[in-house]
Amino acid sequence: MMKRIIEYLRSLMLLELLAGMGLTMRHFFRPRITINYPEEKTPKSPRFRGLHALRRYPNGEERCIACKLCEAVCPALAITIESTQREDGSRRTTKYDIDLFKCIYCGYCEESCPVDSIVLTDFLEYHMETREEGILTKEKLLAIGDRFEDEIAENRNKDAAYR
Amino acid sequence: MLEMLEPVINWITSTYIVWTLLKILVIVVPLITVVAFYTYFERKVIGSMQVRVGPNRVGPLGLIQPFADVFKLLLKEIILPTNANRFLFIIAPIISLAPAFAAWAVVPFNDFLVLADVDAGLIYVLALTSLGVYGVIIAGWASNSKYAFLGAMRAAAQTVSYEIAMGFALVGVLILAGSLNLREIVLAQQGGIFDWYWLPLFPLFVIYMISGLAETNRAPFDMAEGESEIVAGFHVEYSGSTFAVFFLAEYANMILISGLSAILFAGGWLSPFEGWPVLGDTWLAEGSIVWFLAKTVVFMFMFLWYRATWPRYRYDQIMRLGWKVLIPITLVWVMLAALMTVLGIVVKGS
Repeated sequence: MMKRIIEYLRSLMLLELLAGMGLTMRHFFRPRITINYPEEKTPKSPRFRGLHALRRYPNGEERCIACKLCEAVCPALAITIESTQREDGSRRTTKYDIDLFKCIYCGYCEESCPVDSIVLTDFLEYHMETREEGILTKEKLLAIGDRFEDEIAENRNKDAAYR
Repeated sequence: MLEMLEPVINWITSTYIVWTLLKILVIVVPLITVVAFYTYFERKVIGSMQVRVGPNRVGPLGLIQPFADVFKLLLKEIILPTNANRFLFIIAPIISLAPAFAAWAVVPFNDFLVLADVDAGLIYVLALTSLGVYGVIIAGWASNSKYAFLGAMRAAAQTVSYEIAMGFALVGVLILAGSLNLREIVLAQQGGIFDWYWLPLFPLFVIYMISGLAETNRAPFDMAEGESEIVAGFHVEYSGSTFAVFFLAEYANMILISGLSAILFAGGWLSPFEGWPVLGDTWLAEGSIVWFLAKTVVFMFMFLWYRATWPRYRYDQIMRLGWKVLIPITLVWVMLAALMTVLGIVVKGS
């Protein structure tokens, strides 16, 4: 009985409510954890798997030899390759399409590539306005590769020690 | 130029109606601005308490955000639900906004700055704050929607319960001050921070704050809205400018309750350092409108603080708290307040 009365009087002092207000007031003076996205960005791992690219050798020759390992390993069937023999006798692709709507960004294509041609860059801020733009053609992939070659090489270097 | 204007000025100053209208404008225009920025302030404060930044995109520090919100709402379509009562549907938001502004007529900003120095000021304020709930009830009924109707019924039950507790809390003030005139209530609290009524009437002060939350339908008593249970309660069917008016009404009511708390329990425009020999007769020790505004802002901040801290009450808990806890306490303390006056423990205007 006595216990219940004490408990009742204690509840009238609103102690729990005041403790809660103390908690929110402490948080009020904490530094904000928000990252103002376009101006500030979180760090990215060198292994980040973003938009695809096809790389070239330093002399400008495209790396891809149309072995179709990436096409075979792709779990989402997002890659389509057609190839032919070039005049100098080497096998080259005539068509190298990646369907971004099918792609699951697993990175198996990069793992399977014997010549380090197809890679996933750490570029993630892209969009398309029509469905057709979701298909990356060979020209587009090579252009992306040219644009990000420095970053791609740097990230591969950083990760090389752990592979 | 001035000579030409002189008859106009004379006419304005001599005509009671025009002069009063001007005074009303001087009160209402800043009030609407404060209401707009209060919404911004709320988002910033609650953001800080949740360790985020709040709005910061529109204008410097996001200061233009309230205007962006208002203009967006004004440009949107007002959707009338099928079978809704058109007249009541439109008039409901106005009914909830108007009393929140009208009550400022008797609020004394300092010793002489008051629009209407009426002797029944406290009753007038009590009447107008109770009127606001009719907007909610009418909105819920006129919407012809089950969620809105549930919200309206909850609002009605809640307001009826908490109005009693609030009324009794004000009776305590009334007994100590011996007047219904808000200006005289403030003057009766003279003598520094420990002579204000929050100290002798502390339980009533707390209960007034709690029932003030319930009256304005703010968290943790936002049963009438109850986003997670009844969508948005009484204003589910409202859109565009009618919704904006409901939104403004809620914040205007919060400002009003904050101002009244400052007047009734925290000495209105009186300085907390009154009579401190150290400060002498600097402005800090003198009562002025600055003190009134500062106290109001503190109470306004409390509203946001409560919302950031406490979860919503359950319906039956609200009823239990109102009838079984708050009303008995107020009854007891009203008796004690009477005793304090009779025995001379609290002397008016000491």
